[in-house]
Parts: sequence; C-alpha cells; structure tokens
Amino acid sequence: MDSPRNLQGDLESLRLYFRCGRTKEASWRKTQIKGLLNFIKENEGDIMKALKQDLGKHRAEAYRDEIGTLIKSLNYALNSLKAWMSPKKVKLPAVAVLTTAELLPEPLGLVLIVSAWNFPFGLSLEPLIGALAAGNTAVLKPSELAPACSSLLANTMTSYLDGNAVKVVEGGPSVGEQLLQERWDKIFFTGNARVGRIVMSAAVKYLTPVALELGGKCPAVLDSLSFSFDREVAVKRILVGKFGTCAGQACITIDYVLVEKKFLPKAVELMKAITTKMFGENPRETNTVARIVNRRHFLRLKNLLDDPTVKASIVYGGKTDEENLFIEPTILVDPPLEAEIMTEEIFGPLLPIITLENIEDSIEFIKARPRPLTIYAFTKSKTLERKLVSETSSGSLVFNDAIIQYAADTIPFGGVGESGIGRYHGKFSFDTFSHEKAVARRSFLVDFWFRFPPWNDYKLQLFREAYNFDYLGVIFVVLGLKKPKSDSHVV
Amino acid sequence: MGSEEANAFDAKDAPKIAGELRESFASGKTRSYEWRTSQLKTILKILDNHEQDMILALRSDLSKPEMESYIQEIAMLKNSCKATLKSLKGWMVPEKAKTSMTTFPSSAEIVSEPLGVILIISAWNYPFYLSIDPVIGAIAAGNAVVLKPSEVSPASSALLAKLLKEYMDTSCVRVVEGAVAETAALLQQKWDKICYTGNGRVGRIVMEAAAKHLTPVLLELGGKSPVVVDSDVNLKFATHAVTFYVKVATRRIIAGKWGCNNGQACISPDYIITTKDFAPKLVDSLKEVLEKFYGKNPLESKDLSRIVNSNHFARLMKLLDEEKVSGKVVHGGERNETDLKIAPTILLDVPRDSLIMTEEIFGPLLPIITVEKVEESYDIINSGPKPLAAYLFTSNEKLKKQFVMTISAGGVVVNDTTIHLAVVTLPFGGVGESGMGAYHGKFSFEAFSHKKAVVYRSFVADAAVRYPPYTKGKLSLLKALVGGSILGIIRALFGWS
Repeated sequence: MDSPRNLQGDLESLRLYFRCGRTKEASWRKTQIKGLLNFIKENEGDIMKALKQDLGKHRAEAYRDEIGTLIKSLNYALNSLKAWMSPKKVKLPAVAVLTTAELLPEPLGLVLIVSAWNFPFGLSLEPLIGALAAGNTAVLKPSELAPACSSLLANTMTSYLDGNAVKVVEGGPSVGEQLLQERWDKIFFTGNARVGRIVMSAAVKYLTPVALELGGKCPAVLDSLSFSFDREVAVKRILVGKFGTCAGQACITIDYVLVEKKFLPKAVELMKAITTKMFGENPRETNTVARIVNRRHFLRLKNLLDDPTVKASIVYGGKTDEENLFIEPTILVDPPLEAEIMTEEIFGPLLPIITLENIEDSIEFIKARPRPLTIYAFTKSKTLERKLVSETSSGSLVFNDAIIQYAADTIPFGGVGESGIGRYHGKFSFDTFSHEKAVARRSFLVDFWFRFPPWNDYKLQLFREAYNFDYLGVIFVVLGLKKPKSDSHVV
Repeated sequence: MGSEEANAFDAKDAPKIAGELRESFASGKTRSYEWRTSQLKTILKILDNHEQDMILALRSDLSKPEMESYIQEIAMLKNSCKATLKSLKGWMVPEKAKTSMTTFPSSAEIVSEPLGVILIISAWNYPFYLSIDPVIGAIAAGNAVVLKPSEVSPASSALLAKLLKEYMDTSCVRVVEGAVAETAALLQQKWDKICYTGNGRVGRIVMEAAAKHLTPVLLELGGKSPVVVDSDVNLKFATHAVTFYVKVATRRIIAGKWGCNNGQACISPDYIITTKDFAPKLVDSLKEVLEKFYGKNPLESKDLSRIVNSNHFARLMKLLDEEKVSGKVVHGGERNETDLKIAPTILLDVPRDSLIMTEEIFGPLLPIITVEKVEESYDIINSGPKPLAAYLFTSNEKLKKQFVMTISAGGVVVNDTTIHLAVVTLPFGGVGESGMGAYHGKFSFEAFSHKKAVVYRSFVADAAVRYPPYTKGKLSLLKALVGGSILGIIRALFGWS
C-alpha cells in the first residue's frame, strides 16, 4: 500500500511525464495498446486462474466476458486509433468566409480509473484502453474484493506498459478515499450509486469531470411468444444472462423478469427445465455458475431470501452454501414488490418473475422505477418494441438478447439518471478521456469594417444582413442600394 | 418595467416547481417535434417582438451599446434558434450503428431522448444570450426547463420572466427569479441536468448539489484567456507588412476585449504575451485604434458598457491599484465611480504574481507581459489553469501548429479573438477549471439528451457455444467467434483447433 508521501510523488511524476508530451505521440499510444494485448495473450492462463480464485468463474465465462472482449476491444482500438486522433473539419457558415475550423481531440492529462470486483479485468482495462488511446497518463485502482486479479494487474500487467505513465494502486476503501483527495483530470468510476455520489462529491474540489458506470435493476420484459423455438431461445438467453454471467453479479444482468399472467406457467416450466439442463444438477461442482464474491454479499443475498414472504415465492432452487459462498440458481414468482429483493439491486443468482395482467403494463411498471442501465425485452411485437423505445428511458435497450451490448464497439455503454453519467466502449472510450478542442483560424484579409466601433445605424443594418446570411442584402447596403433601417428608438 | 408580473418566488416553492415540471414531462408533451418547434418559433417571436425591450434592459443593467446588444445577444439568439429549427428533424432521427461479427445478426441504433427536467442558471454579462441559448438546446432536446437568470442584471431578469411567462408553455418552461437563497433552494431539488454559466466558486457549489442526486452538469466557467502576439511577421501580400499585421491584430484584440461588454466576457482576451521588441509597436497601435473607436474621452463613449455594479467596480480597482501594478499603466486608468465607468486601460510588464495576473480580470484592464522569445509563452500559459479560450496572432505556420498542439484550452483561435462563439457548428465549452461539457448548435441538443443504445437481435442464429455446460470444443469456438476470425471459426466448427 502506498504511503501518502509516495503517492504524491508518484502522481507528480505522472503529471510531469504527461507534460513532456510523450504520451501524445501516436506511436506511444499504439505501443501501450499492443502491450495490453500481449499481457492478455501471454497471461491468459493466469487470468483465468485468478478469476476462478476470486469469483469461481469457469474458463469459458472468463474468456467470453473478459479476455475475449478485451482482445476484441484492443484490436479495434489499434485499427481505429489513427482515425480517432485526427482532427475533424467543421462546416462553417459562408459569412465566416476565410476562416477554417476543426475539432482537435486532446488528452486530459492524468486520469483515475476505479474499477469493480465482478469483471476485474474488463472493468479495469476497457477504460484504460480509452485513457491510453486518448494519450493520457493513468492510475488504476482495481477492487480489493478480487485480490488475485488485482495482484495480477498490479504486478504483471504493469511490466507490459510504460511505467512512467501508468500506475496500479492496490488497496481498499481507505486507499480509494486517499486517491479521491488528489487532483485528477478525469475520474472514471465503476460501482454502485452510493460510492458514485462520494466520487462525484470528491471531484468537486478540483472541478474534475467524472464518468460513473453504476447499476440498477435491469428488467427483462418477456412477451408471450407463440413459437416454442423463440420461447426456448428467449429463456436460454435470459438464464445465461443471469445465472451464467458471474452468477448474476453484473451491472447489466437481468435483475427481474416481467411476464403476462397467462404466460407464467409456460415461462416457469421452461425456465426450470432449461436451468437444470444448462447448469446441471450440481452447478457448483460443474462450475457452470460462479460463486458469490465474499461473505458479506453472500449474507446480503441470503437475507433477501430469508424474508418469509420471499421464501414462500421460491419455485426453483433456493439452497445456499455458506462455506463455499455458493447460491444455486433460484427462481421466484411474485415476491412482494415491497420486499428488499424487489426494491434493491439483487446482484446475485436470484431471479424474480413478476406477473402482470397485460404485457403492456410493463412499461408503466418500469417507468415508475429509477432508470436502469439496461432494459431487456423479448418480443416479436413491433408495437411493443416501438413503445418501449419511445416511452421508457434507460442506458440502453436490448431486444431479444442479454449482455451482448457489452461487446459492441459502435454503441455507447453507460447509464442515465441513477444508473450513471457518461459512456464508453469503442470510440466512446477515446472520447470520454479526451477534450474536443475547437480550433478556428482567420486570415488577415477581409475584416468586415462594420465589425468595429464607433457604431451607427448603417453598420447595424449591415450586421443584420450579415447575420441573416443575406449576402445580397449586405452588398446592397454597402453599395448604397438599400437604406439602413432606422428602427432604433433608443438614443 | 418591474417584476409585478413575475411570480414572487419563495424558496419553499422550489419542490413544487420541480414536481410540476416533472409531471408535465412525464405526460410526454415535450417530446413531440411539434411541441419543440412551436416553442422554438415562439422564442423567435419573442426576439422579433421585443428586441427594443431587450436593448433597453441591457442598457439599464450594463449600459450595453445597442450594437453589442443586437449582435452579441439578439442576433446570435435568432441565429441559434433558426439553425436549430432547420436541423432539429435530422437530429431527432436515430443514428444507425454498425454491428460486428461478435453480435451478428443484429442491428443497432442510437436514439436521442430527453433527459427530463433541466435547470439552467445563467449569468449577468450576456443575460439574454446565456439564458435563452441553453433554453433553446433544452427544448430542442425535448425537455422541460426551469431558468434562473442572474439577479445581478435585474432588468433583464425581470424581462425574461415576464416574456417567457407570457409567451411560452408555462407547464413546461418556467423562469424563477431570485438570488442566493432561491438558487440554493432550486439546487436542492432533483434535476435531470443542470447547466450553469458563471464562475468556478459557484460552479463547485452547483456540482456539489448535483452530486447528491447524481445529476450530470454542464459548467461554463471562465479563466484567463491569453493572447499571444508574435513578432515574426511575414505577409507577402502587404507592402507594409508589419503595420498591416499590427493594425489587424489590434482591431481584433480590441473588438474581443472592450467590444465585448467592456471586457466582462468569459472569452475576452484577459492578458497579452508578446516579445520585448514588439510590445512598444503593439501598445502604440492599441492606443491609436482605441482612440479611433472610443474617442479621446472613453469614459463618455456610448460604445462601451459600464462595469455592472459597485462590487465589481471595487474588485477591478483593487486589481488596478495594487502597489506593484499601479505604476505599470501605459494607457488609460481613468475611472468614474458614480457612473461605474473605467476607461480602456493597458498595463505593461506587471509582475506575474500580482492579483491582476492571478485572477480572471473580467473588465477593461489589459496587462501585457513581455518575453524574449514567443515560445516562452507556452510555459506561462500552461503553468496556470486551462483557460476557456486561447488566442494567437502570427503568420508563422510552424508557430500556429505548435500553439494549437501545446496549449490546452476550451477553444483556440488563430488570428482573431472570440469569433468561435458565433460559429454554431463548433462546441463551446471549457476544460479543467474553465468548465465541463460543451454546447451550441447540435452540441446543445446532445448536451441535453441521453443517447440511448438500442440493439435489435433476432431469435435465429443462436450460438450454442454461449451456453453452459461448457466444453473444450465450445471454448475454442467461442475464442474464434469473439476474435472475429472466419478461419478460426471454421476450424473450430470442424474441431480442428
């Protein structure tokens, strides 16, 4: 753990290094991204081991959700970097003739990335890719709740990067607090809303812009699908999006499902059958479901189930294993809406199904609650689709699948309202760590003489014409063919 | 002109207003293209019908010359509103996004949706422009809006309250007048975005309040916008190149400084850096052109705004009369406390640690710092907080490139000052201490929107490889799929990897 004096010294060196300009060079940025690629490729085994150790993730989950997506993102960044870095010419109105203007992206300086424990590599490195591609220096603080992963990042990853520009600081909340007291040019935080508020408040001191990737209860609207093929696919995707994604400990996991009452029996039957098929009779042994990260979260989840009215609503699973911090995939039907399982973000392998009279009621249900990171809907109804798009608000909206939006490079990933501020992935990562500087150039020729005082009606009229882009009007007034309007009653 | 028309706002009313607007927004009425365009057209009507009233209010609050009021507030607003009306339909159309192998088959788009209820807190120096331009953006994006104009420009504030109440859809657009207590009450409420224009101290208060509700903010602050004037002049077309160059630079500097509310503008040139040799030429030219523009008695000129109030007057006097600075005045320095007037004042070689060189001036005082080589200006500028704007006058291409690459500021202009504000296709905003976020034109629409990613997947083409139970074969195929390599996929499918 860094002592305060070391930290200050380290940060000062990072800032100095940024000022010397090295990180702005395209070649330097490419080298860092390649370095991250090599880190992942050469340490794939250790990364998988660390994820197994910290979270009980199966290698396939580790690859699908972290290693694979990072490789994809890194390659995408390498191929796109030149385009991202180049200035964008801007269209100008004709009156501003002889001026050129462009938008020039530039790095912000020294950025702080605070990541989370559930996707410790993904949530540390996706932002880091953006920070480095944009030419910044960075401090990464991985979560102490995933210690093996944190250690791998701090000790191995750093050797693949320019140590003058990137530092990893390990530690818990007190280290986090210390870091938040320092001056940053941007803070990128992934975690819950409570800490998100703390981060934004700390950022006030230096007017530091923040990106907050928070969470919420992501609902899945499951429409009554008529074809059994569609029903199966929908349920498979829902279940793998919940139980198969870090045991539901993900910001974009499906928190709960909304179905029409009449569809409930079919839905439950299918879910039970497919859960058993996909995750097996003993998911802990077959490692098809990750474990709960630590005792505190285990007890939190157990507590959700211990509520008698909630317990009574369990239709599948429900067994908890404190020694192994394992909770089996659990499905519930209509737990009370006031119970904690329906008021707090679950972040675990418990899947409540809430029934409604009509599936369209799901829209009001969702709107009555804070805006989530993602809304999912499994439907073939174009009407329902359209209504969801225009009447609900969320970070993102995904039809007929789950989690895959995380892997997309061309759409922004971020929340709205309580689910977050800002966005990233692909070019959006680059942008989030850049300042888009407006640059305008004038020539020395052509100054509209009527731009300067002393003022009179004549000049005023010329300005009216010029500002209305009425060039003909300007010419007429200058040539004396149009009299200036004297409507100024002000002396 | 008084505030009898405006509702007297009690701090206790803040939750009520926020609640009412939230309800209006929830009803969906602000989302239609028709509502947005009708409100924007109404703003144009206000600007057309009440141009004289606004000019009078600005004269009362700031003694602002009619020309400045017209060009820098009314015309800019009309321009902004018309440009928005013209482009709005296109902005509202979802953007198609490319999808990749990994998420095939799917289609995706980015849909812009309103954030909800926006709070706009504006400033006193351009009370109409800085109030209505963000309102235009918020309405264009489909939001409900509460506007809190600055109490330091009371006539303008009252006029805004009266006109918006009279013309706009008050179920969704409100003006709240008031000072610190009222602003604090408003800040305690939950908004979906807060746009604040002003200084860093209050900017922090706004951000602090916003943090409690996780409300995103757009902060348009200020700083010391430097002007670097190079001495290396090489203009092939002009016979008396240096004279021509100096004249043009001088005019444009004066237009940006004293021609913008007498230096009380966030992007006014704050101070000049030039070479020791060049400074005398520049000072002479400035004196000459200042006299041409404002006459021999600038305190009597009708073409200069006055200082807004006695607080700011005293603040500027403090900067000017500081002991180590008062002897450095090379032009101007005249003042009239009763009329709150300060003449255009130039100072040469004030100490770097003087107040006038550490605080944002926001007034008609222009210090000139001299250096041996113009490149020394980079360190001087970069050693301070990032400014809202930075300006460079030169004909040297290499210097232009270097300056643009080295100086970080909200915006950079080469060979002019302040004009980038008027270009509606450029984002206007700061970086670091000069602000966060940007607006104007389409950037306003985006500042007040949430860009929602919408992904459409079909039920067909399900890769069994995604689902447990996980096997070695599935893992290889998964690797190939995620890697996007067709060869890899084929090999995995055939069990060759």
